[in-house]
Amino acid sequence: MESLLQSLLGDNYLTLILYCALPLVFLLLYALLAILGEVKISAWMQDRLGPMRTGPWGIIQPIADVFKLLQKEDITPSSADKTLFNLAPFLSFMSAYAAFAVIPFSSLYVGADLNLGLFYLLAIGSLNVAAIMMAGWASHNKYSLFGAMRAVAQIVSYEVPAAMAFVIVVMFVGSLNFQDIVHAQAGPVWNWLVFGGPKNDVVLAGGTVLAGSWANLVFLPLFLATFVIYYISALAETNRTPFDIPEAESELVSGYHTEYSGMKFAMFFMSEYANMFLVSAVTAVLFFGGWHSPFGAYLGDLVGVSWLVPVEQFGWLAFKGLFFVFAMIWLRWTLPRLRVDQLMYMCWKVLIPFSFGIALLVGLLVILLK
Amino acid sequence: MNHTFESLQEDIASGRLTTDEMVLNMGPQHPSTHGVLRLELVLDGEMVVKVIPHMGYLHRCFEKHAENMTYPQVIPYTDRMDYLAAMNNNHGYVLAVERLMGIELPDRVEYIRIIMAELQRIASHLVAIGTFGMDIGAFTPFLYCFRDREYILDIFEKTCGARLLYNYMWVGGVSHDVHDGFVQEVAAFIKHFRPTVVEVNNLLNYNKIFIERTANIGVLPADVALSYSCSGPMLRGSGVNWDLRRDDPYCIYDRFDWDVVVGTGEAGTLGDCWDRHMVRVREMEQSCRIIEQALASFPEGDVTSAIPKKIRPPKGEIYTRVENPRGELGYYVVSDGTGNPFRVKARGPSFVNLSVMDDISRGHLIADIVAILGSVDIVLGEIDR
Repeated sequence: MESLLQSLLGDNYLTLILYCALPLVFLLLYALLAILGEVKISAWMQDRLGPMRTGPWGIIQPIADVFKLLQKEDITPSSADKTLFNLAPFLSFMSAYAAFAVIPFSSLYVGADLNLGLFYLLAIGSLNVAAIMMAGWASHNKYSLFGAMRAVAQIVSYEVPAAMAFVIVVMFVGSLNFQDIVHAQAGPVWNWLVFGGPKNDVVLAGGTVLAGSWANLVFLPLFLATFVIYYISALAETNRTPFDIPEAESELVSGYHTEYSGMKFAMFFMSEYANMFLVSAVTAVLFFGGWHSPFGAYLGDLVGVSWLVPVEQFGWLAFKGLFFVFAMIWLRWTLPRLRVDQLMYMCWKVLIPFSFGIALLVGLLVILLK
Repeated sequence: MNHTFESLQEDIASGRLTTDEMVLNMGPQHPSTHGVLRLELVLDGEMVVKVIPHMGYLHRCFEKHAENMTYPQVIPYTDRMDYLAAMNNNHGYVLAVERLMGIELPDRVEYIRIIMAELQRIASHLVAIGTFGMDIGAFTPFLYCFRDREYILDIFEKTCGARLLYNYMWVGGVSHDVHDGFVQEVAAFIKHFRPTVVEVNNLLNYNKIFIERTANIGVLPADVALSYSCSGPMLRGSGVNWDLRRDDPYCIYDRFDWDVVVGTGEAGTLGDCWDRHMVRVREMEQSCRIIEQALASFPEGDVTSAIPKKIRPPKGEIYTRVENPRGELGYYVVSDGTGNPFRVKARGPSFVNLSVMDDISRGHLIADIVAILGSVDIVLGEIDR
């Protein structure tokens, strides 16, 4: 992809910027779709119609929302710490967007093909905590502060089981590179990690061969449990129901972004939606074959149009990511919210011991089966 | 200096180490104070040390107004007290005036009043159940409850033209006879309504997270409930078998066969938030039973024949109480023999139930305050009057 752009535009900064901006374009389009999805899906679940007036079936409602937010007065409370207050939403979005650098959208497009992709994702994802803390502290509002304290405690806690889920996958694949993890799941649906990993030998990016066999089926229950652990942690890290405690509407009004309005609020909103897709895409990459087609073959290969293959791959990743985003929306409109101590209990006394146990088992099995 | 956990605890206990308490102002503009209640929370971290409810943001001088009105003119003011249960408010007031005047009502009026009061109870409980779910974070059951409440409001609208504030029950009768097809419509509603209760039970009331959030929270022991003079689901949730419809029968409630629902403590401790909530859920079924029996023997007749030409009760005073969806709603009416009441005093259940807030909230977290307040089920219109 990079070489394609370079051949078209030459090797200059413009190419680089365009290359970096591609996920942003995707992200903005996705956000519009996700907002529409959220309002429409919630409406259907609640026996309502949802927005119907803006455009046919209300489909341009998200665009109207964006224009509304652009027109809103941009308020900075007089007692707020202005620097931190104004910086926080952008830092929050930055951390969410920076993480997209390592998401492999297709076999040809990954922003930065880092060898330490998973590690980078964890590190950059944690910046969000700083942004939330800044927002809550700088707002000079007790509700915001409570929201921020809860968010920080929650996100920091849930990074432990999430990181353990990463470790489990890395132990199996033997690489921290996202593309390697996707390559390890090449072929049809039963080669996905959630179904125990590859059943035939696969070649990773660096030329190393990952041995696959049907004996890998023993990993199926372990990876399934890991997937559940990761997805729960992902819900908590993105502050979605049942873990939306930092912005618990009925208690803390809006938590850390109570005092934000206009586009600064929209930035927090965007970063929440970006994070939702991020963790969903990571779920797809780690456990559901990433950009691999579930059939093991691509339409582009069958009809002999080679440029169609990466597009299809992107389509599969987007589809899988959007499915998990849908699942988040689904959960949000079904479940009540946990209390802050129950959330901590869930993390430290349930998810973490289980993830450590699974890590131990997977480690032993990897050694035994090799 | 070497600190251990024990030494720190000692320091705190002996007062050498003081940790600041924080005052958090919850309301009057807050999504879950159910109106314009303001709670002053004294917090130790997220732990609640003290709750001080402040009210008066919606005060409308009901009682003083009543002294300057004729008796029928007071009825619309009672609507606006507990605006989620306006029928029951009407009922209590007109009952007091009727008893002062010694009016005998036609059977049809009594039946209409009972059916309306019970429909209103279901509508009011649906709001309570839905908003309680929303306080816990479940948004969807709220809309299911409101969808079904809409059926009841439609029936009310067809009968008396109003959806929320009816001025329907008049001294000696009701403002309009029920519309054609009323009996069939109410019967159809009940048929539609019963599966919804099951739906809400599955979605919310037996949800593991919901039970975790509400069981053992805000436990109100029976003796405390009695000493605070709590009433309604608040009192029954604590296991006290007391319902004015049965224990101080008014109108024709004694003609029907139904049960008083009390808390069971099956999810946690007797008298916790879940119990109070479930009393409301189960009471709706009992209201359905009463309505069904009333529909089966719904008499014909004139609804305006007993309405007096001149409403001028003889000198005297009376205290009448009815079972409002939120508890005992009492009216103390003093007549000096003129067309205006000398004094009308209302005893509101929400006001009395709210007073127990501080007692049952201490030592809980902020999130629990929301749950407790939701389970008390207050209506600010009636607290402030």
